[in-house]
Amino acid sequence: MNKTQIFVLQLIFTLLVCSFLIIPVFLSVLAGITQNFFVGIKSGFTIRWIVEVLDLYSETIYLSLIIAITCLVVTLIIGIPAAYVLARIGGRISRFIEETIVLPVAVPGLAIALALIIIYGGYRDFRSSWYFILVGHVLFTLPFMVRSVLAVLSSTNFKELEEGAASLGAPFWTRFLTIVLPNIKPGILAGSLMVFTLSIGEFNLTWMLHTPMTKTLPVGLADSYASMRLEVASAYTLIFFIMIIPLLLCMQYLSKEKNNN
Amino acid sequence: MKYYDYPKLFVLALPVTIFFVTFFIVPMVQLAIVGGSSDAGLSSYFSILNKPRHFESMFATLILSITVTFTALIISTTAGLFLVRNIFPGRSVVLSILTFPLAFPGVVIGFLIIMLAGRQGLIGTITKALSGEKTVFAYSILGLFFGYLYFSIPRVILTIMAAAEKLDQSLEEAAKSLGAPPYRIVIDIIIPALKPGLIASGAICFATSMGAFGTAFTLATNIDVLPMTIYTEFTLNANIAGAASLSIVLGLVTWIALFISRSLSGQTIAVSG
Repeated sequence: MNKTQIFVLQLIFTLLVCSFLIIPVFLSVLAGITQNFFVGIKSGFTIRWIVEVLDLYSETIYLSLIIAITCLVVTLIIGIPAAYVLARIGGRISRFIEETIVLPVAVPGLAIALALIIIYGGYRDFRSSWYFILVGHVLFTLPFMVRSVLAVLSSTNFKELEEGAASLGAPFWTRFLTIVLPNIKPGILAGSLMVFTLSIGEFNLTWMLHTPMTKTLPVGLADSYASMRLEVASAYTLIFFIMIIPLLLCMQYLSKEKNNN
Repeated sequence: MKYYDYPKLFVLALPVTIFFVTFFIVPMVQLAIVGGSSDAGLSSYFSILNKPRHFESMFATLILSITVTFTALIISTTAGLFLVRNIFPGRSVVLSILTFPLAFPGVVIGFLIIMLAGRQGLIGTITKALSGEKTVFAYSILGLFFGYLYFSIPRVILTIMAAAEKLDQSLEEAAKSLGAPPYRIVIDIIIPALKPGLIASGAICFATSMGAFGTAFTLATNIDVLPMTIYTEFTLNANIAGAASLSIVLGLVTWIALFISRSLSGQTIAVSG
């Protein structure tokens, strides 16, 4: 085999893998805007399935957005200081704490959800509110915020900058707000995107933590997959893609920029 | 400045500590206690070995996860090496497609497999047109396999590509000029050089597959992967102690796999199958 043949074979293989990933997405988008998917495209395009989804499930979309935004705020408030403290302490203790904070990602969501239900499931008001889901989301997304900020902190010389400022008499909180925070902006941005995207799509924990009154988008999706006709399920999935794909594009753009620097 | 900052660092660390202890450490300890609280006591942690239904479920999940991991590694290495070494028009689009599904939740991936191989799926339509018989495998173990493969490929390919960029191509050139056949170059040069990346991403892929719930939830009608067994124990059988002990065992398995991965590569990727 010569070089061109090998190139063509590898290209075909890679394109096959791509089509495995993209064709079902394409099909589902198509089904969401087709009158009758069983008949095919010739039955005509329509937005009635999308309208039906918005009628039936718009509350799940709002709830997911509310939870994702709140989750982001909470992870920012508790995650950024956590990352800073870890970077300041350094050494083995810091590594151990980081390892512990990352645990909720390593342990399946099902197990965490079970644990939360066993211990807090009895508190009715808490159990039936969306704060219960929020707790799960913060646990699951916090590691991404902490790690993302920590990565930027450990690649900047913030300690020297702070020492300089301290020697000029800047107090702790001034240094934290005017030196540390501006320097870790890229980490905060990348972490925020990740947290928001993961929270919008979180299912494993949420399925166990939700109640009929607190359904999020992915819970509604699972519901529609089980009980709705294919076109409605597809239209719902389409709405989900529309929400999540801009976020993914931003993430890819950010990581590309990071690699270029 | 080092020492008199400590009280302030303590203040900064306080919110995360309170949150984490209240909502993770205490619940997980309680889960472990509940897991050992049934009549069987601590031995319920070994139900995975001596309860046939649990053993079968664990065994099936292990086999499935291992098969998915190896398939994903082979596919991603082939495609990843190609993408690292060749520049061609549309390459960045291909790259985007290969990494996009990283943040798709498991339920959506289950649905995508239904679009592909379900009752109204593409493969069914094509096979019906060709042979008159509809091939539907979305709801079988094969459907699960493709679903798991779907979320594994993006996770693996990024790590492999990062590792492949550091490969020293002159070694391969040297081997080739000395007359080594291509398969020897792959076995003796490429695979050893990619080994840390392969193990790290393989471990991530394995852990994700072991804990995947969403995909199995959408697809599995009668296949008991471990997360589904835990779910049925908890909801249908109200066997909370059994569900708790199985969760702890599953959590340990995935944590060990990811720990291996992290100590080799120093990174984590979202687990949400």
